[in-house]
Amino acid sequence: MSTNTAYYIPHKATWPVIGTAGLMIMLAGFANYLNGSSIGSTMMLIGLIIFIVMLVGWFTLQAKESESGMYNHGVGISYRMGMMWFIFSEIAFFGVFFGTLWYTRNLSVPWLGSGATKEILYSAYQSTWPTNGPGNVGGHFEPMGAWGLPFVNTLLLLSSGVTCTWAHHGLLANHREQLIKGLAATVFLGLLFVGFQAMEYHEAYTEMGLTLGSGIYGSTFFMLTGFHGFHVCVGAIILSVVLFRSAKGHFKPENHFAFEAAAWYWHFVDVVWLGLFIFVYLM
Amino acid sequence: MSAVAEHDDHHDHHDDHDHGPAKGLLRWVITTNHKDIGTLYLLFALAMFFVGGSMAMVIRAELFEPGLQFVDPAFFNSMTTMHALVMVFGAVMPAFVGLANWQIPLMIGAADMALPRMNNMSFWMLVAGVLLLASTLFMEGGAPNGGWTLYPPLVLQPITVGKALPFAIFSVHLLGISSIMGAINIIATILNMRAPAMRLMDMPLFVWTWLITAFLLIAVMPVFAGAVTMLLTDKFFHTSFFNAAGGGDPVLYEHIFWFFGHPEVYIMILPTFGVASTIIPVFARKPLFGYASMVWATASIAFLSFIVWAHHMFTVGMPIAGELYFMYATMIIAVPTGVKVFNWTATMWKGAMTFETPMLFSIAFVVLFTMGGFTGLMMSIAPSDFQYHDTYFIVAHFHYTLVPASIFILMAAGYFWLPKWTGHMYNEKIGQLHFWLSVISVNILFFPQHFLGLAGMPRRIPDYAIQFADWNMISSIGGFIFGASQLLFLYIVYDTIKGGTGEKVTDEVWEDASKHGLEWTLPSPVPYHTWTTPPSAVPTEHVLDTH
Repeated sequence: MSTNTAYYIPHKATWPVIGTAGLMIMLAGFANYLNGSSIGSTMMLIGLIIFIVMLVGWFTLQAKESESGMYNHGVGISYRMGMMWFIFSEIAFFGVFFGTLWYTRNLSVPWLGSGATKEILYSAYQSTWPTNGPGNVGGHFEPMGAWGLPFVNTLLLLSSGVTCTWAHHGLLANHREQLIKGLAATVFLGLLFVGFQAMEYHEAYTEMGLTLGSGIYGSTFFMLTGFHGFHVCVGAIILSVVLFRSAKGHFKPENHFAFEAAAWYWHFVDVVWLGLFIFVYLM
Repeated sequence: MSAVAEHDDHHDHHDDHDHGPAKGLLRWVITTNHKDIGTLYLLFALAMFFVGGSMAMVIRAELFEPGLQFVDPAFFNSMTTMHALVMVFGAVMPAFVGLANWQIPLMIGAADMALPRMNNMSFWMLVAGVLLLASTLFMEGGAPNGGWTLYPPLVLQPITVGKALPFAIFSVHLLGISSIMGAINIIATILNMRAPAMRLMDMPLFVWTWLITAFLLIAVMPVFAGAVTMLLTDKFFHTSFFNAAGGGDPVLYEHIFWFFGHPEVYIMILPTFGVASTIIPVFARKPLFGYASMVWATASIAFLSFIVWAHHMFTVGMPIAGELYFMYATMIIAVPTGVKVFNWTATMWKGAMTFETPMLFSIAFVVLFTMGGFTGLMMSIAPSDFQYHDTYFIVAHFHYTLVPASIFILMAAGYFWLPKWTGHMYNEKIGQLHFWLSVISVNILFFPQHFLGLAGMPRRIPDYAIQFADWNMISSIGGFIFGASQLLFLYIVYDTIKGGTGEKVTDEVWEDASKHGLEWTLPSPVPYHTWTTPPSAVPTEHVLDTH
């Protein structure tokens, strides 16, 4: 357990090529599945297993190296930059779907119900929001309200941000119990959020007629909330790994990059939800 | 940081010392060394340059005469689509990432890239993405043939895509992951691994342009990924993003695509500027003129790239205010670009110039890129663009900014740095022959396409009206000569790696090069590990005029 003063440069790496193979097999399988080929789902499963093995192997290696003091301050800075710019790329990714919502609501849907489009093509179409277009694609649906489950979910995610920060304070003050309790609470709140969202989706599909196929409203609603929900799941998995490592005694007040990265990611997902709550549910 | 530790994946205390590459072919699969990965990127890009080039030869053969000669129209359209995708994502972008991998650590005095394992992964993700894309060539229905922009609703029609669409989309996702990981690595390396003596405004222009390019990549690759994800759900999961009947809008795809697409073209040209700004001062034997203005011009171009996208779609039916805004915003780009062209010219002014192959390619770049820029300015004028849109004029324009610009500079970089990397000198005579054949044939190839476009010949068609026959034939002849000339480059690269002229190159390689960049103070060939201790001083010759 010596703290290395040199910038650690690994000499060879086997996990990257394994992970790449897994991801490629999974995506090729998905493409085959979409094309109706029978081997598609098997390929997806094989690729997914390889990918998960890679994640476990690679992160175990990183955790071991970190705990044995191989990463100096400089390595920590590189990792933090990596995570920051990764989150930046995620912002751009979410930006596309928010942009889509903004463009359709404010520009293209009003255009559909006005001017030459209205005169020549869709004279009966009233452009309002929510809409499933002049073709009434997907049939009648009810839009999702804001003050039921979505509002509860907002409170859940905001609270989880607080518990996450509380855990961080515990880590900084070397209070292991506070760290573990805070993380466990964060993961629990995250899973509760996912559970409520599943209920919300179930209600939408079974009782409200609202599906992914409900025109542009259904498309943007499910794309934005679904993509976000996927991120909550990923964030909860990351936090669970950090919780597991905390229970094993990993992390020190001055060395806990994995915790920080997980916390940044969680807060990012949290902020995106606020955007969703305002622009998808409220407005 | 004062020194660098070298370790295996499985931490081994007997193994802490400096060592060379692993034995055998496996070395290339598991390497984390920036020079190995740079070599992988460059060789892969070279291979893809010839794959994409072969597709261009099919296109030019079919267009040699009017009428249908060799291929059926759907396959012709596959060729134009795949030529673009392979050249952009398989050749030009990876080639510049390869140069970044090799050169950035050498130029800033870093021992390696900041995140070496991720560096390995970003290369293999690229290979995986290109494999998925290439696999569509052998599928029922053939490769995608709706154009590299993948516009809906065309690209969603069964007859256009066959089974290829999901593979092409997932290929874009993998290429995006690869680019983002590569870009994150480059930013972390530049900001975190520089020799302590090197301030930001001491960095070579190549490093600066890549820093800014990496930012562009992280900002826009996810945008493209989002756009094709919506294509996927529209095709397979009943969404209506690009379907007007459901309240969506196909034009939305064009907006999103070009919000990615315009920064994307600068991703291919900014590192080009960086290499040119590195090579020209060495052979003009003068410091780069206007270093600081070069940095700011690069940043301005990058900023402007985000706010001009709709000049790719002037004819789509935008409100007039939009047309005007995008027209004027686009014209502004000529200002920082002009700054660069004048700076390169001023660098050469009264220089003690010599004309080795890298310099020849760089000078040709300055002249021919300027021409590509001017045709761009012509098309920025919205009312004129209605005439040029989707004709061979645009084909001529962007090929001038990509072939005698990006590709020429990549060639120049090869001639410039290969002696440093391998320790062998290339054959100057064959190099110059390669240059003259390329520069003459590239103009025979693309210049007549301006005339064809102005006369109204549309792009992406396998057949054309009889009045376009002469210029098409001339263009094709230029294309065949250009294609064949590139085999010389392949030979030169092979020959140089194998020993070249047999002449032992000095550490500097080029006269007084060490005044211009840190890499020339290292031994030739560059050892497997460099800058394990960072240099104490850095050359500031190239930034003299800023201090």
